[in-house]
Amino acid sequence: MMNMNIQVIIPLVLFLIIFFIVGMFAVKFVSTSNSFVQEYFLGNRQFGGFILAMTMVATYGSGSSFIGGPGAAYHYGLAWVLLAMSQVVTGYFVLMVLGKKFAIMARKYNAITLIDFLKARYNSHFVNILAAISIIVFLFSSMIAQWVGGARLMESILGVSYTTALFIFAVSVLLYVIIGGFRAVAFTDTIQGIVMLLGTIILLVATIKAGGGIENIMTDLRKENPNLLSPYGSDGSLTPMYISSFWILVGVGVVGLPQIAIRAMSYKNATAMHRAIIIGTIVIGIIMFGMHFIGVLARAVVPGIQNADTVMPLVTMKVLPAWIAGIVLAAPMAAIMSTVNSVLILVSSAIVKDIYIGYINKNAEERKIKHMSLWVTTIVGIAVFFLAIHPPNLLIWLNLFSFGGLEAVFIWPIVMGLYWKKGNKYGAITSMLIGMISYILFDRFYPNPFGIHTVVIPILLSFVTYTVVSVSTIRLENVKRSKSF
Amino acid sequence: MRGGTSFLKDDLRFAIAKKEALIGVGLAVFHFIWWYGFAYGLGKTKVERYTYIFGLPAWFFYSCILGFFVIVLLVILTVKFMFKEVPFEEEGDG
Repeated sequence: MMNMNIQVIIPLVLFLIIFFIVGMFAVKFVSTSNSFVQEYFLGNRQFGGFILAMTMVATYGSGSSFIGGPGAAYHYGLAWVLLAMSQVVTGYFVLMVLGKKFAIMARKYNAITLIDFLKARYNSHFVNILAAISIIVFLFSSMIAQWVGGARLMESILGVSYTTALFIFAVSVLLYVIIGGFRAVAFTDTIQGIVMLLGTIILLVATIKAGGGIENIMTDLRKENPNLLSPYGSDGSLTPMYISSFWILVGVGVVGLPQIAIRAMSYKNATAMHRAIIIGTIVIGIIMFGMHFIGVLARAVVPGIQNADTVMPLVTMKVLPAWIAGIVLAAPMAAIMSTVNSVLILVSSAIVKDIYIGYINKNAEERKIKHMSLWVTTIVGIAVFFLAIHPPNLLIWLNLFSFGGLEAVFIWPIVMGLYWKKGNKYGAITSMLIGMISYILFDRFYPNPFGIHTVVIPILLSFVTYTVVSVSTIRLENVKRSKSF
Repeated sequence: MRGGTSFLKDDLRFAIAKKEALIGVGLAVFHFIWWYGFAYGLGKTKVERYTYIFGLPAWFFYSCILGFFVIVLLVILTVKFMFKEVPFEEEGDG
């Protein structure tokens, strides 16, 4: 076992070293660029199509795609692959819908963060503060979940204690986020995205081979439980309504996730965006299909796994030689790290850019901002580290909670703000509040109403709120404007 | 919301952006119908009566595998033939 671990560890360590080199490389740009803030938090809007696609895929594909997802597919069968395929839509939908309008408006407003955009669009302190608080609270909690996932994975691969694993993980993440900022994150995301893609393909092929071909595996599964092959799940509990509602949570609703939306303003030009749409759709489809399908196949190849989170590592160790297993296991590590990086950058940008520069010290000098950014990133990272030592129990809940919560808060102020002239700050404030509060209430007291995922109704409610309030306050808005102009 | 802001400026780029966003919505609707239609249209019968393609249940093959290829093809075609190049920077700055 120890031997195997060493062979697995080497590729993983190599992988971490590559990150640092990239971080160093990116830091050069930070010191030569004329605006530190724009460069550190946005990479100076210079990303080409491939990098844009990979950074979106890597940010989006978190630990759950590689660890929790295959585990659920192992349990439910092909129905869970069907559910996972609802994520393919994000590959094109986010960039097409936010699209050129967002890129143009972000440049017009000179917006660096999502909150800059909302600030310029709605011109309201309430909107800014609500947005900053939601980002900090929701993303902070999702970060804890991701760190725990990363540490648990390292713990199982390295064979060290959880706290040690967490420490190694935290130091490596922090080092290069602090050093390189957004550009480093985007470049390492690209490497991580490639690792995720290749890891998925290698593992898929090896698993099919190990099971004696697809036909063979399907026959085994049918013998064990025919329902594994049905779209209703192994116990028949997955209704079409429930599975379809994931189109909102992990499909089209992703438009409202700040860590994804911010990428839709970081690209160079229309050509980059066009290429990113195509590459992103293909890559996310292959990864989501591959990883979840592997989970189903694993049931025939490695039967009887009790702990769902160990399905992916176990099947990797079983079907691949140790050193390739190391490379493939770098994929979930990559997925977790890349999500954590982007979220860390986003949380610190909300604190530095949106709260500190926005409200506390409007005329902060460049040098001061630079120091602040580095310090805030470090402090946030350390805070997450300490919270992750004794993680709250409901990890997946925390993570999914933040996903749905952010969507319910941000989706309409962003999308309607872009495309509906009549949308105003009153609509935005009320819909953000209603989205957040109704999501929390539904989640606590009436989860999955009518058999659909909790997030659906809050998103509908916040839509209705946005439109109704905006329309009914048009006159108020006009009166105010004519006074102030 | 009148006057003042450049937000309302009549801008050809916005018309293009809006059209492309609607194309995105249209694609997603088509995608959903394909995904749902094959999955539950073919998958709702008893497992014993499933037909298989390349060893996989037909519903799964059409919905998750063929569906993915169809969507990728449609995405490539729409981007190549319907999406337009527009400059993002304002004239004069940038």
